[in-house]
Amino acid sequence: MKALQRLYVALILIFLYAPVAVMVMFSFNSAESVWIFEGFSLDWYKSLIFDEAMLTALEHTLIIAVLSALISTVLGTAAAVGINALQNKLAKKAIMTVTNIPMMNADIVTGISLMLLFVFIGKFLGLNESLGFITVLIAHITFNLPYVILSVLPKLKQTDSHLPEAALDLGCTPFKAFFKVVLPSISTGIATGMIMAFTLSLDDFVISYFTCGHYQTLPIVIYNMTKKTVTPDTYALSTIIFVSVFVLLVLYNALQSKTDKRRA
Amino acid sequence: MFKKFSVLLLCLLLIFSCTGCGYQYAELSLEGDYTGLEGTVLNVYNWGEYISEGSDDSIDVNKEFERITGIKVNYTTFDSNEVMYSQLKSGGVSYDIIIPSDYMIERLKNENMLKKIDLSTLSNYHYIDDYYKNLYFDQNNEYSVPYSVGMVGVIYNSSMIKNPEHSWKALWDKKYKDMSLTFSNPRDAFMTAQMILGYDLNSTVKSEWEEAAELLKKQKKYLQSYVMDEIYGKMETGEAAIGPYYAGDFLTMQENNEDLDFFYPKEGTNIFVDSICIPSSCTNYEAAKMYINFLLEPEIALANAEYIGYASPHTAVVENTEYYYYGNEYLYPKEENMPKVQYYHDIDPEIRMLYENLWIDVKLY
Repeated sequence: MKALQRLYVALILIFLYAPVAVMVMFSFNSAESVWIFEGFSLDWYKSLIFDEAMLTALEHTLIIAVLSALISTVLGTAAAVGINALQNKLAKKAIMTVTNIPMMNADIVTGISLMLLFVFIGKFLGLNESLGFITVLIAHITFNLPYVILSVLPKLKQTDSHLPEAALDLGCTPFKAFFKVVLPSISTGIATGMIMAFTLSLDDFVISYFTCGHYQTLPIVIYNMTKKTVTPDTYALSTIIFVSVFVLLVLYNALQSKTDKRRA
Repeated sequence: MFKKFSVLLLCLLLIFSCTGCGYQYAELSLEGDYTGLEGTVLNVYNWGEYISEGSDDSIDVNKEFERITGIKVNYTTFDSNEVMYSQLKSGGVSYDIIIPSDYMIERLKNENMLKKIDLSTLSNYHYIDDYYKNLYFDQNNEYSVPYSVGMVGVIYNSSMIKNPEHSWKALWDKKYKDMSLTFSNPRDAFMTAQMILGYDLNSTVKSEWEEAAELLKKQKKYLQSYVMDEIYGKMETGEAAIGPYYAGDFLTMQENNEDLDFFYPKEGTNIFVDSICIPSSCTNYEAAKMYINFLLEPEIALANAEYIGYASPHTAVVENTEYYYYGNEYLYPKEENMPKVQYYHDIDPEIRMLYENLWIDVKLY
């Protein structure tokens, strides 16, 4: 039985990580080929340094991911606090349904409708071009919001509603009570929401495709290589991204377990 | 904790954004008066992987242009003519330079979406080969400047197939059952059948398209799969033995598998020309003209031709003995070996609908 369990876990890990492992391997291929491994080299990492288009796209992707994660975390947390405080059950349900729509909606519908909206407003304001950095940022915040709300709300429900009241009794202003009492108790929910928003934004293709204008993100630039064939320096870049995200997550978990221990 | 997280990310970002310093500028000079244009932005919209970007000691074309003129190039890419068209049409973005293919230029011109380019002001235009002037989509050379050209042929693995017949019929040969590939987009797939039947690629006769579809259905039982750029992997690894693609891409594949060989079918083939145009939404016309002239500089055109690997319409490149593909018989067949060629035209919507529906029939057959 134990052996079967191990096998099952091993299989799952293989399915999850084999594609990444193959990509990492081919990023060190000395041949031009994307298919035949001929020997170890760092050539693709070197050529990546010169691939201005790809690095610019990476920069765009990271800027959008960081900003949209931060902004949607702030907005989403505020929204969750508001929704949680609602007394009217019906209103609460209605608002939750509305916030969930962007999440349930097919990406392509969200993408096209946002593009139409942006172009319409752009024409209305008489702009020569309406799509760009701002529109892609707004679009990413839009689809990140429900995920943040959904990960903060349960934490708020778990928090004892009398806690902030006690803080108020003891002389806190409502503002201070929120930051001193409520926020610490929902911080894990906020962190989860932010990380989720960041990763979603990082690999979004469809919505960015319609709303980015000149501000093309990495997934779009890679997709556009398909007239010819994707070059292995893409693998090099993906490997770097994978390793950095991996290291960040390990660091994050290490830090978290440290703080947990301190609390305990 | 969050702070550390975002600080780390920002550090990563900074590291990547300043790696561009590795590029060594070539010592180029360019005639022309750029005063007044410094600091302006030029929006360029091109195919992916379709410009030399500085790897392997080549020229970084956009960087050089920025250094010489002080004009900032905002370079973005597309993956198909149709995507480029819909972006232009949406009105959400404006471009100063686009590089569409022949039939798309015809459509854009007919819809008044292109600006005229006064070629007499382009000092390098005389380098363009006469063969690529006065083409059907721009008969008076008013709207477009050829950038890159190519023809479709058949790639085969000579260790698996000996002396195939130089005909499109090779893709219907039952000897190569489960080893042959063909295009997964309708226009190119229909092209192979139309060539065998001897029909015009831009036919308006419905029965001809239907006949071609019947022929494609017959081909299906011999095929391994319908592909686009997956053909690289399948041919390089020997998973498939024969398939149609562009001559320039064949040369790239051959570098990874020496057994690969190529022929132009005797029935004739499709030729494409990707040309530089200025869309009517252009807001920096003078800079756009300078950019076109810059792309026609012999050294720049050479770097691009070597990077892209397709044939060049630029005489100074073709005649340069140091050009990597100098005298290459696949890219530049001698006159006696030159296949009969046909261009794609912008096709009537009704016919497009017809062949797209026929294509679904073929796929479901």
